[in-house]
Amino acid sequence: MAVRPQAEKRTRAPAAAKAGAKPSKAQQNPVNYQVADFSKDEELKAYHDMLLIRRFEEKAGQLYGMGLIGGFCHLYIGQEAVVVGIQMCLREGADQNTTSYRDHGHMLACGMDPKGVMAELTGRKGGYSKGKGGSMHMFSKEKQFFGGHGIVGAQVPIGAGLALANQYRGNDNVSVVYFGDGAANQGQVYETFNMAQLWKLPVIFVIENNRYAMGTSVSRASAQTDFAKRGDAFNIPAEQVDGMDVRAVKAAAERATEWCRTGNGPYILEVQTYRYRGHSMSDPAKYRSKDEVQKMRDERDPIEQVRKRLIDNGWATEDDLKAVDKDVRAVVTEAADFASSDPEPDVSELWTDILI
Amino acid sequence: MAIDILMPALSPTMEEGKLAKWSKKVGDVVKSGDVIAEIETDKATMEVEAVDEGEIVEILVPEGTEGVKVNAVIARIAGEGSSAKPAPAPEAASAPAPAAAPATVAAAPVAVVVAADPAIPAGTAYVPMTVREALREAMAEEMRSDGDVFIMGEEVAEYQGAYKITQGLLQEFGPRRVVDTPITEHGFAGIAVGAAFGGLKPIVEFMTFNFAMQAIDHIINSAAKTLYMSGGQMGCSIVFRGPNGAAARVGAQHSQDYAAWYSQIPGLKVVMPYTAADAKGLLKAAIRDPNPVIFLENEILYGQTFDVPKLDDFVLPIGKARIHKPGKDVTIVSFGIGMTYAVKAAAELAGLGIDAEVIDLRTIRPMDLPTVIESVKKTGRLVTIEEGWPQGSVGDYIANRVSREAFDYLDAPVITIAGKDVPMPYAANLEKLALPTVAEVVEAVRAVTYR
Repeated sequence: MAVRPQAEKRTRAPAAAKAGAKPSKAQQNPVNYQVADFSKDEELKAYHDMLLIRRFEEKAGQLYGMGLIGGFCHLYIGQEAVVVGIQMCLREGADQNTTSYRDHGHMLACGMDPKGVMAELTGRKGGYSKGKGGSMHMFSKEKQFFGGHGIVGAQVPIGAGLALANQYRGNDNVSVVYFGDGAANQGQVYETFNMAQLWKLPVIFVIENNRYAMGTSVSRASAQTDFAKRGDAFNIPAEQVDGMDVRAVKAAAERATEWCRTGNGPYILEVQTYRYRGHSMSDPAKYRSKDEVQKMRDERDPIEQVRKRLIDNGWATEDDLKAVDKDVRAVVTEAADFASSDPEPDVSELWTDILI
Repeated sequence: MAIDILMPALSPTMEEGKLAKWSKKVGDVVKSGDVIAEIETDKATMEVEAVDEGEIVEILVPEGTEGVKVNAVIARIAGEGSSAKPAPAPEAASAPAPAAAPATVAAAPVAVVVAADPAIPAGTAYVPMTVREALREAMAEEMRSDGDVFIMGEEVAEYQGAYKITQGLLQEFGPRRVVDTPITEHGFAGIAVGAAFGGLKPIVEFMTFNFAMQAIDHIINSAAKTLYMSGGQMGCSIVFRGPNGAAARVGAQHSQDYAAWYSQIPGLKVVMPYTAADAKGLLKAAIRDPNPVIFLENEILYGQTFDVPKLDDFVLPIGKARIHKPGKDVTIVSFGIGMTYAVKAAAELAGLGIDAEVIDLRTIRPMDLPTVIESVKKTGRLVTIEEGWPQGSVGDYIANRVSREAFDYLDAPVITIAGKDVPMPYAANLEKLALPTVAEVVEAVRAVTYR
């Protein structure tokens, strides 16, 4: 059977430019990936969900600066359309999500409580892991969110294993595993691609290509910068997606989920996105120009795109959107207040949860 | 002149095998490369090809004979220029019993009577069984009773297991539950951990724990730590099992003992059985355990036979040592294949009038230190044995704990016997030197008992 359903339909973006900091053509001139228009409700939901992530991350950055969040803290600002677009196609609490250490946005998109997420960032009792996991290690069985993994690439076989559990049980749930362009060079990713296709596991591999693996640009780290081609050797269908347009992400995710749910095996989405902030809070981001970041913010911002459409279509007024922002800020402030005032875990917690 | 055809060794640990079938008969002329016989080892049935050419003049071991020793003469061929007449009568010693009364492979004699395991009800009947069969039964029983248990690994299904541990499981449970993987330990260990996070109970077979070094990130970072990192939400019920430590003549990259490594990791349980009964009872417990369990087997022990309790559902507790032989003069602690030295040394020491208490730890983590400490309080002396390396060994940890918790009872320094601090050499003489010996154990016991 054909395993590349998109091969004819898709318009493959040209490979990324060779020069390190230079944006690829795909990012300069977004390709039309059969973007389906959103309804008013979809636009409003996307706007709200992306804004929640952005405001949450801004607040997390602030709390880090105040010393309330320690260790590493990797912000998702700029990449919001990726997880929000994909989540719009998933069944909350049934389909599984697994990702890297840049995980706050994914948790919020999965429907996890911002208070629990923020309290984990501050290492408090009310955090999702009772304060014992931290920014990179959070989980929610209820929301089928399986981390939060601090080892680059480790989440990829784990996500495929969750898909194996779906297949074993005979349900039609789909496991979505997110990883970056850096992790895409890990050996275990290809071991997993091989087994996922061999066994037809219902897993979507979402490569969030934000163009930098920490400080190393894609073209300095990858011999093949077209990550959609990375599945070719395993006959896994793949698409490149404009990850700054939430509609394009959702449309691609619809094709991917349909493919997986109907028993065809895995699917790869290379979602081209951009991280506005440094790799972590301590990254000055000297490996790219301020102009590059500013240009992306000005011209491609995923939230601004939705905002503009909402206004242009007459689906929302400036005041309506201000109200949404106000609500979101209230939620984030409540989360930050909780995360600042909640007590640290009881010292007895040092010795719990080692074995069942 | 006649050329002897010898019983070949077909695996690193093979000492004897069954001559299953002759493909040639007396009078046939064989050419190099012709299949002349089929030999069955405990791992596989293999065809034996002729190397020398000529007419078969004599078959010394009839087909169906079991327990034919490696290097025994099994047939003779007349080489070029020699007469086809049978050579003089073979040395009687090399020919085992004929097929009419096939010699059964004798169980490796256990030199010391095994003390009754308090976990086994009195009056229980026992059946002799190899460690290999015990492991297989444990998995099959658990797979029958729990549909969430499945096994994955290299060659576990169609090949029937690289060491035949999974023989027959594919036939009984099918490819959904007995899954052959590509040779990609890192990837399939991660997939198994994901499946365990998803609520299944995978058994991951590593062809050897040496290959699990490629997967150790998932064993430790993903399987062992996630329960803690998730505040108790994400259990990982999984067994990583396979042969560990030295086999025979397989060199440095296939001979490492990982007991001490894994024993360091909170979030793991580490089991290393010696007897078939422990292998069975503890593997069943490991599969049922909601935590990740490292189950360290040994290739040399696979073919050894022990009595196994005949019970419908024989499960042993993880974390309990077993007093293999009670004694009063010295405590010898070991585990896994290390027990073979302990058991032999105890028999020798008995001849010297030294009554050793031999403790089989069975589980390295969580370690049953109370049993060791109670014993040391009685004997005042302790010797530990393992094949792994000396620095940071399991014995070092035991010595440390005993010196802190039973210092006043010790009458001599603790001696920890380990493998030598070198990569495993290939040469037979050097390999022997690199491993512990019974003589070292006897010497250590004499030192601590001042005899």
